[in-house]
Amino acid sequence: MVKALNNIRLLDDLARGETYLHRTHPLVKLLTTFVFLVSIISFDRYEISSLLPFLFYPLYIILFADLPFGPILKRMLMVAPFVLSIGILNPIFDRNGWLTFFSIVLKSLLTVSAGILLIATTGMERLSGGLRILKVPKIFVLQLLLTYRYISVLIEEVGRMQRAYALRAPGQKGIQKSAWGPFAGQLILRTFERAQRIYESMNLRGFDGEYHAGKTSKIMPGDIAYLVGWSAFFLFLRAYNVPNLIGNLLMGVIQ
Amino acid sequence: MSHHKIEARGLKYAYPDGHEAVKDISFVIHHGEAVGVIGANGAGKSTLLMLLMGVLFPDGGDVLVGDVLVTKKTLSMIRKSLGMVFQDPNDQLFMTTVYDDVAFGPRNYKVDEAEVDRRVKEALELVGIAHLSDRAPFKLSGGEKRAASIATVLSMQPDLLILDEPTAALDPKSRRRIMKLLKGFSHTKIITSHDLDMVYELCDRIIVLKNGVVVADGKTSEILTDAALLDACGLELPLAMQGCPVCGGNQETRHK
Repeated sequence: MVKALNNIRLLDDLARGETYLHRTHPLVKLLTTFVFLVSIISFDRYEISSLLPFLFYPLYIILFADLPFGPILKRMLMVAPFVLSIGILNPIFDRNGWLTFFSIVLKSLLTVSAGILLIATTGMERLSGGLRILKVPKIFVLQLLLTYRYISVLIEEVGRMQRAYALRAPGQKGIQKSAWGPFAGQLILRTFERAQRIYESMNLRGFDGEYHAGKTSKIMPGDIAYLVGWSAFFLFLRAYNVPNLIGNLLMGVIQ
Repeated sequence: MSHHKIEARGLKYAYPDGHEAVKDISFVIHHGEAVGVIGANGAGKSTLLMLLMGVLFPDGGDVLVGDVLVTKKTLSMIRKSLGMVFQDPNDQLFMTTVYDDVAFGPRNYKVDEAEVDRRVKEALELVGIAHLSDRAPFKLSGGEKRAASIATVLSMQPDLLILDEPTAALDPKSRRRIMKLLKGFSHTKIITSHDLDMVYELCDRIIVLKNGVVVADGKTSEILTDAALLDACGLELPLAMQGCPVCGGNQETRHK
Protein backbone atom coordinates (compact mmCIF):
# COMPACT_ATOMS: atom_id res chain seq x y z
CA MET A 1 0.00 0.00 0.00
CA VAL A 2 2.69 2.42 1.00
CA LYS A 3 4.44 1.39 -2.17
CA ALA A 4 1.39 2.37 -4.18
CA LEU A 5 1.49 5.71 -2.43
CA ASN A 6 5.06 6.32 -3.44
CA ASN A 7 4.11 5.30 -6.94
CA ILE A 8 1.48 7.99 -7.14
CA ARG A 9 3.80 10.58 -5.75
CA LEU A 10 6.56 9.66 -8.13
CA LEU A 11 4.92 11.79 -10.80
CA ASP A 12 5.02 14.75 -8.43
CA ASP A 13 8.70 14.17 -7.81
CA LEU A 14 9.43 13.86 -11.50
CA ALA A 15 7.53 17.07 -12.19
CA ARG A 16 10.10 18.93 -10.14
CA GLY A 17 12.78 18.29 -12.76
CA GLU A 18 14.78 21.11 -14.24
CA THR A 19 14.90 20.37 -17.96
CA TYR A 20 13.66 22.80 -20.58
CA LEU A 21 10.62 20.57 -21.02
CA HIS A 22 9.74 21.12 -17.36
CA ARG A 23 10.16 24.86 -17.78
CA THR A 24 7.97 25.05 -20.86
CA HIS A 25 4.75 26.87 -20.05
CA PRO A 26 2.06 24.49 -18.67
CA LEU A 27 -0.58 25.89 -20.98
CA VAL A 28 1.59 25.21 -24.00
CA LYS A 29 2.21 21.63 -22.90
CA LEU A 30 -1.47 21.17 -22.24
CA LEU A 31 -2.42 22.38 -25.71
CA THR A 32 0.31 20.35 -27.37
CA THR A 33 -0.95 17.25 -25.61
CA PHE A 34 -4.46 18.11 -26.72
CA VAL A 35 -3.46 18.41 -30.37
CA PHE A 36 -1.59 15.14 -30.03
CA LEU A 37 -4.61 13.36 -28.56
CA VAL A 38 -7.01 14.71 -31.16
CA SER A 39 -4.68 13.68 -33.98
CA ILE A 40 -4.48 10.14 -32.61
CA ILE A 41 -8.15 9.72 -31.84
CA SER A 42 -9.22 10.99 -35.25
CA PHE A 43 -7.52 8.09 -37.01
CA ASP A 44 -9.57 5.37 -38.61
CA ARG A 45 -9.97 2.21 -36.55
CA TYR A 46 -7.99 0.10 -39.02
CA GLU A 47 -5.01 2.41 -38.96
CA ILE A 48 -1.70 1.18 -37.63
CA SER A 49 1.20 2.26 -39.78
CA SER A 50 0.30 5.96 -39.67
CA LEU A 51 0.22 5.80 -35.88
CA LEU A 52 3.73 4.47 -35.50
CA PRO A 53 5.60 7.75 -36.10
CA PHE A 54 3.62 9.33 -33.26
CA LEU A 55 5.68 7.23 -30.86
CA PHE A 56 8.43 9.73 -31.52
CA TYR A 57 6.69 12.29 -29.27
CA PRO A 58 6.54 10.29 -26.00
CA LEU A 59 10.02 8.92 -26.61
CA TYR A 60 11.36 12.41 -27.18
CA ILE A 61 9.84 13.66 -23.94
CA ILE A 62 11.04 10.75 -21.84
CA LEU A 63 14.52 11.23 -23.23
CA PHE A 64 14.80 14.99 -22.98
CA ALA A 65 12.92 15.42 -19.71
CA ASP A 66 15.23 12.91 -18.01
CA LEU A 67 12.37 10.64 -17.04
CA PRO A 68 12.95 7.03 -16.00
CA PHE A 69 11.66 4.57 -18.59
CA GLY A 70 10.62 1.74 -16.28
CA PRO A 71 8.22 3.49 -13.88
CA ILE A 72 6.54 5.37 -16.74
CA LEU A 73 6.04 2.15 -18.65
CA LYS A 74 4.65 0.49 -15.53
CA ARG A 75 2.07 3.22 -15.18
CA MET A 76 1.08 2.80 -18.79
CA LEU A 77 0.57 -0.92 -18.23
CA MET A 78 -1.92 -0.14 -15.46
CA VAL A 79 -4.57 0.59 -18.08
CA ALA A 80 -3.62 -2.47 -20.14
CA PRO A 81 -6.34 -4.72 -18.65
CA PHE A 82 -9.05 -2.24 -19.64
CA VAL A 83 -7.68 -1.83 -23.14
CA LEU A 84 -7.38 -5.55 -23.61
CA SER A 85 -10.89 -6.23 -22.40
CA ILE A 86 -12.23 -3.64 -24.84
CA GLY A 87 -10.25 -4.91 -27.79
CA ILE A 88 -10.07 -8.64 -27.16
CA LEU A 89 -13.36 -9.54 -28.84
CA ASN A 90 -12.56 -7.65 -32.02
CA PRO A 91 -10.60 -10.48 -33.66
CA ILE A 92 -13.62 -12.77 -33.18
CA PHE A 93 -16.40 -10.53 -34.44
CA ASP A 94 -14.64 -8.46 -37.06
CA ARG A 95 -13.06 -9.72 -40.26
CA ASN A 96 -10.12 -7.36 -39.77
CA GLY A 97 -10.31 -7.83 -36.03
CA TRP A 98 -6.62 -8.12 -35.34
CA LEU A 99 -6.03 -4.86 -37.14
CA THR A 100 -8.54 -2.98 -35.00
CA PHE A 101 -7.22 -4.70 -31.92
CA PHE A 102 -3.67 -3.54 -32.50
CA SER A 103 -4.91 -0.13 -33.52
CA ILE A 104 -6.72 0.17 -30.17
CA VAL A 105 -3.65 -0.98 -28.25
CA LEU A 106 -1.40 1.43 -30.08
CA LYS A 107 -3.79 4.34 -29.65
CA SER A 108 -4.17 3.69 -25.95
CA LEU A 109 -0.42 3.39 -25.57
CA LEU A 110 0.05 6.77 -27.21
CA THR A 111 -2.75 8.64 -25.48
CA VAL A 112 -2.05 7.26 -22.02
CA SER A 113 1.65 7.96 -22.30
CA ALA A 114 0.92 11.52 -23.44
CA GLY A 115 -1.24 12.08 -20.36
CA ILE A 116 1.27 10.61 -17.96
CA LEU A 117 4.12 12.54 -19.50
CA LEU A 118 2.18 15.78 -19.29
CA ILE A 119 1.77 15.32 -15.55
CA ALA A 120 5.32 14.04 -15.08
CA THR A 121 6.78 17.15 -16.69
CA THR A 122 4.30 19.69 -15.40
CA GLY A 123 2.88 18.57 -12.06
CA MET A 124 -0.73 18.78 -11.04
CA GLU A 125 -0.53 22.27 -9.58
CA ARG A 126 0.94 23.99 -12.59
CA LEU A 127 -1.33 21.99 -14.83
CA SER A 128 -4.37 23.33 -13.01
CA GLY A 129 -2.89 26.78 -13.39
CA GLY A 130 -2.86 26.11 -17.14
CA LEU A 131 -6.47 24.96 -17.06
CA ARG A 132 -7.46 28.13 -15.25
CA ILE A 133 -5.82 30.23 -17.95
CA LEU A 134 -7.97 28.32 -20.46
CA LYS A 135 -10.97 29.50 -18.42
CA VAL A 136 -11.96 26.02 -17.35
CA PRO A 137 -14.42 26.69 -14.49
CA LYS A 138 -12.64 26.76 -11.16
CA ILE A 139 -14.96 24.19 -9.68
CA PHE A 140 -13.70 21.55 -12.13
CA VAL A 141 -10.09 22.51 -11.67
CA LEU A 142 -10.45 22.39 -7.93
CA GLN A 143 -12.23 19.07 -8.15
CA LEU A 144 -9.36 17.68 -10.14
CA LEU A 145 -6.76 19.06 -7.79
CA LEU A 146 -8.43 17.91 -4.61
CA THR A 147 -9.25 14.49 -6.01
CA TYR A 148 -5.61 14.12 -6.85
CA ARG A 149 -4.64 15.10 -3.29
CA TYR A 150 -7.39 13.01 -1.81
CA ILE A 151 -6.15 9.80 -3.41
CA SER A 152 -3.00 9.79 -1.37
CA VAL A 153 -4.87 10.59 1.83
CA LEU A 154 -7.19 7.68 1.13
CA ILE A 155 -4.35 5.29 0.42
CA GLU A 156 -2.55 6.27 3.62
CA GLU A 157 -5.73 5.60 5.54
CA VAL A 158 -6.22 2.23 3.87
CA GLY A 159 -2.60 1.33 4.57
CA ARG A 160 -3.00 2.02 8.29
CA MET A 161 -6.26 0.07 8.55
CA GLN A 162 -4.86 -2.82 6.62
CA ARG A 163 -1.85 -3.00 8.91
CA ALA A 164 -4.06 -2.87 11.99
CA TYR A 165 -6.18 -5.65 10.53
CA ALA A 166 -3.27 -7.83 9.51
CA LEU A 167 -1.63 -7.57 12.93
CA ARG A 168 -4.72 -8.95 14.62
CA ALA A 169 -5.46 -11.52 11.94
CA PRO A 170 -2.30 -13.58 11.58
CA GLY A 171 -2.27 -16.20 8.87
CA GLN A 172 -5.02 -14.55 6.84
CA LYS A 173 -4.47 -13.56 3.30
CA GLY A 174 -6.03 -10.22 2.51
CA ILE A 175 -9.16 -9.14 4.30
CA GLN A 176 -11.97 -11.56 5.05
CA LYS A 177 -15.20 -11.07 3.19
CA SER A 178 -17.17 -10.58 6.40
CA ALA A 179 -15.02 -7.54 7.24
CA TRP A 180 -15.40 -5.85 3.88
CA GLY A 181 -18.51 -3.90 4.84
CA PRO A 182 -17.24 -2.38 8.09
CA PHE A 183 -13.86 -1.83 6.47
CA ALA A 184 -15.26 0.20 3.59
CA GLY A 185 -17.68 2.10 5.84
CA GLN A 186 -14.99 2.91 8.34
CA LEU A 187 -12.75 4.06 5.54
CA ILE A 188 -15.36 6.40 4.13
CA LEU A 189 -16.06 7.93 7.52
CA ARG A 190 -12.39 8.40 8.26
CA THR A 191 -11.77 9.94 4.90
CA PHE A 192 -14.69 12.31 5.32
CA GLU A 193 -13.32 13.43 8.65
CA ARG A 194 -9.87 13.89 7.29
CA ALA A 195 -11.17 15.81 4.30
CA GLN A 196 -13.19 18.00 6.64
CA ARG A 197 -10.11 18.86 8.70
CA ILE A 198 -8.04 19.58 5.62
CA TYR A 199 -10.79 21.81 4.30
CA GLU A 200 -10.91 23.65 7.62
CA SER A 201 -7.19 24.18 7.62
CA MET A 202 -7.44 25.55 4.08
CA ASN A 203 -10.25 27.86 5.11
CA LEU A 204 -8.32 29.14 8.08
CA ARG A 205 -5.61 30.23 5.73
CA GLY A 206 -7.96 32.31 3.66
CA PHE A 207 -9.04 29.74 1.08
CA ASP A 208 -12.08 31.07 -0.77
CA GLY A 209 -12.58 28.49 -3.48
CA GLU A 210 -10.01 29.97 -5.80
CA TYR A 211 -6.73 28.17 -6.13
CA HIS A 212 -3.68 30.40 -6.53
CA ALA A 213 -0.85 28.60 -8.18
CA GLY A 214 1.63 31.37 -7.48
CA LYS A 215 4.14 32.18 -10.15
CA THR A 216 2.46 31.67 -13.48
CA SER A 217 5.28 32.35 -15.83
CA LYS A 218 4.65 34.33 -19.00
CA ILE A 219 4.44 32.55 -22.32
CA MET A 220 7.76 33.07 -24.06
CA PRO A 221 8.44 32.96 -27.82
CA GLY A 222 10.14 29.61 -27.23
CA ASP A 223 6.90 28.26 -25.77
CA ILE A 224 4.95 29.30 -28.83
CA ALA A 225 7.57 27.74 -31.08
CA TYR A 226 7.20 24.54 -29.06
CA LEU A 227 3.44 24.48 -29.54
CA VAL A 228 3.52 25.40 -33.22
CA GLY A 229 6.37 23.02 -33.96
CA TRP A 230 4.78 19.98 -32.39
CA SER A 231 1.30 20.78 -33.70
CA ALA A 232 2.64 21.11 -37.24
CA PHE A 233 4.48 17.83 -36.77
CA PHE A 234 1.34 16.05 -35.54
CA LEU A 235 -0.83 17.46 -38.31
CA PHE A 236 1.74 16.40 -40.85
CA LEU A 237 1.75 12.88 -39.43
CA ARG A 238 -2.03 12.96 -39.47
CA ALA A 239 -2.22 14.07 -43.10
CA TYR A 240 0.49 11.83 -44.56
CA ASN A 241 1.23 8.22 -43.86
CA VAL A 242 4.92 8.71 -43.19
CA PRO A 243 6.00 5.06 -43.06
CA ASN A 244 4.30 4.64 -46.46
CA LEU A 245 6.03 7.70 -47.85
CA ILE A 246 9.39 6.50 -46.67
CA GLY A 247 8.66 3.07 -48.05
CA ASN A 248 7.73 4.48 -51.44
CA LEU A 249 10.76 6.69 -51.41
CA LEU A 250 13.04 3.76 -50.68
CA MET A 251 11.36 1.66 -53.31
CA GLY A 252 11.80 4.53 -55.78
CA VAL A 253 15.48 4.76 -54.97
CA ILE A 254 15.93 1.03 -55.32
CA GLN A 255 14.13 0.93 -58.65
CA MET B 1 -8.54 48.02 13.73
CA SER B 2 -6.79 46.54 16.69
CA HIS B 3 -6.38 42.83 17.21
CA HIS B 4 -4.82 43.32 20.56
CA LYS B 5 -7.23 41.12 22.42
CA ILE B 6 -9.48 38.15 21.94
CA GLU B 7 -12.59 37.82 23.97
CA ALA B 8 -15.11 35.03 24.58
CA ARG B 9 -18.46 36.03 26.06
CA GLY B 10 -20.65 33.28 27.45
CA LEU B 11 -19.92 30.78 24.70
CA LYS B 12 -22.23 27.83 24.30
CA TYR B 13 -22.01 25.08 21.73
CA ALA B 14 -23.74 21.75 21.29
CA TYR B 15 -22.86 19.29 18.52
CA PRO B 16 -25.63 18.13 16.20
CA ASP B 17 -25.85 14.85 18.14
CA GLY B 18 -26.87 16.87 21.21
CA HIS B 19 -23.55 16.64 23.03
CA GLU B 20 -22.99 19.94 24.82
CA ALA B 21 -19.26 20.43 24.45
CA VAL B 22 -19.08 24.06 25.56
CA LYS B 23 -21.56 25.26 28.16
CA ASP B 24 -20.37 28.61 29.40
CA ILE B 25 -16.96 30.00 28.60
CA SER B 26 -15.88 33.62 29.03
CA PHE B 27 -12.45 35.19 29.10
CA VAL B 28 -10.41 38.06 27.72
CA ILE B 29 -6.90 37.49 26.46
CA HIS B 30 -4.77 40.59 25.99
CA HIS B 31 -1.96 41.40 23.63
CA GLY B 32 1.26 39.50 24.27
CA GLU B 33 -0.19 37.04 26.74
CA ALA B 34 0.65 33.35 26.50
CA VAL B 35 -2.31 31.38 27.75
CA GLY B 36 -2.52 27.66 28.28
CA VAL B 37 -5.95 26.07 27.97
CA ILE B 38 -5.94 22.76 29.80
CA GLY B 39 -8.50 20.14 30.71
CA ALA B 40 -9.15 16.43 30.51
CA ASN B 41 -10.22 14.73 27.28
CA GLY B 42 -13.66 15.97 26.33
CA ALA B 43 -13.40 19.09 28.46
CA GLY B 44 -14.17 21.22 25.40
CA LYS B 45 -10.69 22.45 24.45
CA SER B 46 -10.82 21.60 20.76
CA THR B 47 -14.38 22.86 20.42
CA LEU B 48 -13.32 26.12 22.06
CA LEU B 49 -10.51 26.56 19.55
CA MET B 50 -12.92 25.89 16.68
CA LEU B 51 -15.25 28.53 18.07
CA LEU B 52 -12.44 31.06 18.41
CA MET B 53 -11.38 30.47 14.82
CA GLY B 54 -14.91 30.68 13.49
CA VAL B 55 -14.88 27.12 12.16
CA LEU B 56 -17.90 26.57 14.36
CA PHE B 57 -20.31 29.29 15.37
CA PRO B 58 -21.54 29.37 18.97
CA ASP B 59 -25.17 28.57 19.79
CA GLY B 60 -24.98 31.34 22.35
CA GLY B 61 -22.48 34.04 23.25
CA ASP B 62 -19.92 35.88 21.12
CA VAL B 63 -16.30 35.77 20.12
CA LEU B 64 -14.58 39.12 19.61
CA VAL B 65 -11.21 39.57 18.00
CA GLY B 66 -9.99 43.07 18.69
CA ASP B 67 -13.33 44.80 18.74
CA VAL B 68 -14.76 42.84 15.85
CA LEU B 69 -17.43 40.22 16.32
CA VAL B 70 -16.65 36.91 14.63
CA THR B 71 -19.40 36.37 12.07
CA LYS B 72 -19.49 34.90 8.59
CA LYS B 73 -18.92 38.37 7.16
CA THR B 74 -15.89 39.28 9.22
CA LEU B 75 -14.38 35.82 9.03
CA SER B 76 -11.92 36.38 6.22
CA MET B 77 -10.60 39.55 7.81
CA ILE B 78 -10.32 38.01 11.23
CA ARG B 79 -8.58 34.87 10.11
CA LYS B 80 -5.81 36.97 8.67
CA SER B 81 -4.78 37.89 12.18
CA LEU B 82 -5.34 34.48 13.77
CA GLY B 83 -3.06 31.61 12.94
CA MET B 84 -4.05 28.14 14.01
CA VAL B 85 -1.68 25.19 14.11
CA PHE B 86 -3.55 21.90 13.98
CA GLN B 87 -2.81 18.94 16.17
CA ASP B 88 -2.04 16.70 13.20
CA PRO B 89 0.42 18.39 10.81
CA ASN B 90 -0.83 16.08 8.07
CA ASP B 91 -4.09 18.00 8.04
CA GLN B 92 -2.25 21.22 7.50
CA LEU B 93 0.25 20.17 4.87
CA PHE B 94 -1.69 19.33 1.74
CA MET B 95 0.48 20.69 -1.03
CA THR B 96 3.27 18.94 -2.91
CA THR B 97 6.13 20.95 -1.45
CA VAL B 98 6.78 22.62 1.86
CA TYR B 99 7.28 25.87 0.00
CA ASP B 100 3.87 25.77 -1.66
CA ASP B 101 2.25 24.87 1.62
CA VAL B 102 3.77 27.83 3.41
CA ALA B 103 2.87 30.05 0.45
CA PHE B 104 -0.75 28.87 0.40
CA GLY B 105 -2.04 31.37 2.97
CA PRO B 106 -0.39 34.53 1.65
CA ARG B 107 -1.35 33.63 -1.91
CA ASN B 108 -4.97 33.33 -0.86
CA TYR B 109 -4.77 36.86 0.45
CA LYS B 110 -3.49 38.00 -2.94
CA VAL B 111 -0.11 39.03 -1.61
CA ASP B 112 2.12 39.64 -4.60
CA GLU B 113 4.52 36.86 -5.47
CA ALA B 114 7.75 38.63 -4.52
CA GLU B 115 6.36 39.31 -1.06
CA VAL B 116 5.06 35.73 -0.82
CA ASP B 117 8.55 34.49 -1.57
CA ARG B 118 10.03 36.75 1.07
CA ARG B 119 7.51 35.67 3.68
CA VAL B 120 7.89 31.98 2.93
CA LYS B 121 11.66 32.17 3.23
CA GLU B 122 11.41 34.18 6.42
CA ALA B 123 8.91 31.74 7.99
CA LEU B 124 10.98 28.71 7.05
CA GLU B 125 14.12 30.40 8.34
CA LEU B 126 12.40 31.20 11.61
CA VAL B 127 11.37 27.61 12.29
CA GLY B 128 14.73 26.37 11.08
CA ILE B 129 13.74 24.28 8.07
CA ALA B 130 14.78 26.53 5.19
CA HIS B 131 16.72 23.60 3.71
CA LEU B 132 13.50 21.55 3.39
CA SER B 133 11.74 24.11 1.25
CA ASP B 134 11.44 21.91 -1.85
CA ARG B 135 10.77 18.64 -0.07
CA ALA B 136 7.41 16.89 -0.15
CA PRO B 137 5.73 17.25 3.27
CA PHE B 138 4.97 13.55 3.56
CA LYS B 139 8.67 12.78 3.53
CA LEU B 140 9.46 14.91 6.59
CA SER B 141 9.96 13.62 10.12
CA GLY B 142 7.40 14.40 12.84
CA GLY B 143 9.37 17.33 14.23
CA GLU B 144 9.99 18.76 10.78
CA LYS B 145 6.32 18.43 9.90
CA ARG B 146 5.38 20.29 13.04
CA ALA B 147 7.86 23.04 12.24
CA ALA B 148 6.50 23.22 8.70
CA SER B 149 2.92 23.52 9.88
CA ILE B 150 3.92 26.35 12.22
CA ALA B 151 5.61 28.02 9.25
CA THR B 152 2.43 27.77 7.17
CA VAL B 153 0.76 29.95 9.78
CA LEU B 154 3.67 32.34 10.38
CA SER B 155 3.80 33.25 6.71
CA MET B 156 0.39 34.87 7.16
CA GLN B 157 1.91 37.14 9.79
CA PRO B 158 -0.80 36.62 12.39
CA ASP B 159 -1.03 38.64 15.59
CA LEU B 160 -2.27 35.68 17.51
CA LEU B 161 -1.19 32.05 17.41
CA ILE B 162 -3.51 29.26 18.41
CA LEU B 163 -1.76 25.95 18.88
CA ASP B 164 -3.53 22.65 19.43
CA GLU B 165 -1.20 20.20 21.21
CA PRO B 166 1.98 21.57 19.64
CA THR B 167 4.21 19.00 21.33
CA ALA B 168 2.04 15.92 20.77
CA ALA B 169 3.81 12.92 19.25
CA LEU B 170 7.25 14.54 19.25
CA ASP B 171 10.44 13.00 20.55
CA PRO B 172 12.03 14.84 23.51
CA LYS B 173 14.59 16.74 21.45
CA SER B 174 12.04 17.84 18.84
CA ARG B 175 9.67 18.81 21.64
CA ARG B 176 12.36 20.93 23.20
CA ARG B 177 13.12 22.56 19.86
CA ILE B 178 9.48 23.44 19.22
CA MET B 179 9.12 24.81 22.75
CA LYS B 180 12.19 26.98 22.32
CA LEU B 181 10.79 28.21 19.04
CA LEU B 182 7.40 29.05 20.55
CA LYS B 183 9.02 30.75 23.50
CA GLY B 184 10.84 33.03 21.10
CA PHE B 185 7.63 34.31 19.49
CA SER B 186 6.27 37.60 20.72
CA HIS B 187 2.78 36.79 19.40
CA THR B 188 -0.17 36.42 21.68
CA LYS B 189 -0.43 32.66 22.14
CA ILE B 190 -3.21 30.28 23.06
CA ILE B 191 -1.94 26.77 23.61
CA THR B 192 -4.00 23.72 24.43
CA SER B 193 -2.17 20.68 25.67
CA HIS B 194 -1.93 17.79 28.06
CA ASP B 195 1.78 18.40 28.23
CA LEU B 196 1.58 20.44 31.42
CA ASP B 197 5.34 20.83 31.73
CA MET B 198 5.38 22.53 28.36
CA VAL B 199 2.46 24.73 29.35
CA TYR B 200 4.24 25.54 32.61
CA GLU B 201 7.30 26.76 30.75
CA LEU B 202 5.57 28.64 27.95
CA CYS B 203 2.48 30.20 29.46
CA ASP B 204 2.03 32.84 32.09
CA ARG B 205 -1.68 32.30 32.43
CA ILE B 206 -3.80 29.15 32.56
CA ILE B 207 -7.46 28.55 31.84
CA VAL B 208 -8.75 25.23 33.16
CA LEU B 209 -11.79 23.71 31.49
CA LYS B 210 -14.01 20.99 32.84
CA ASN B 211 -17.14 19.73 31.09
CA GLY B 212 -17.37 22.81 28.93
CA VAL B 213 -17.04 25.33 31.74
CA VAL B 214 -14.12 27.46 32.93
CA VAL B 215 -13.30 26.26 36.44
CA ALA B 216 -10.16 28.28 36.98
CA ASP B 217 -8.40 31.16 35.26
CA GLY B 218 -5.25 32.62 36.70
CA LYS B 219 -1.49 32.73 36.96
CA THR B 220 0.39 29.62 35.92
CA SER B 221 2.36 29.60 39.14
CA GLU B 222 -0.84 29.43 41.15
CA ILE B 223 -2.89 27.00 39.08
CA LEU B 224 -0.30 24.45 38.11
CA THR B 225 0.76 24.08 41.73
CA ASP B 226 -2.79 23.48 42.95
CA ALA B 227 -2.84 19.70 43.13
CA ALA B 228 -6.43 19.50 44.40
CA LEU B 229 -7.80 21.64 41.58
CA LEU B 230 -5.89 19.76 38.90
CA ASP B 231 -6.93 16.42 40.32
CA ALA B 232 -10.58 17.44 40.30
CA CYS B 233 -10.26 18.30 36.61
CA GLY B 234 -8.76 15.01 35.54
CA LEU B 235 -5.23 16.40 35.47
CA GLU B 236 -2.21 16.19 37.70
CA LEU B 237 0.74 18.33 38.72
CA PRO B 238 3.35 18.91 36.03
CA LEU B 239 6.19 16.42 36.43
CA ALA B 240 8.52 19.25 37.36
CA MET B 241 6.29 19.96 40.36
CA GLN B 242 6.08 16.39 41.53
CA GLY B 243 8.38 14.65 43.93
CA CYS B 244 11.54 13.12 42.59
CA PRO B 245 10.96 9.40 41.88
CA VAL B 246 14.39 8.59 43.35
CA CYS B 247 14.57 10.57 46.58
CA GLY B 248 11.01 11.84 46.93
CA GLY B 249 12.11 15.45 47.26
CA ASN B 250 10.63 18.27 45.21
CA GLN B 251 12.46 20.33 42.65
CA GLU B 252 14.33 22.41 45.19
CA THR B 253 15.43 19.65 47.52
CA ARG B 254 16.01 16.99 44.91
CA HIS B 255 18.96 14.65 45.60
CA LYS B 256 20.28 16.87 48.35
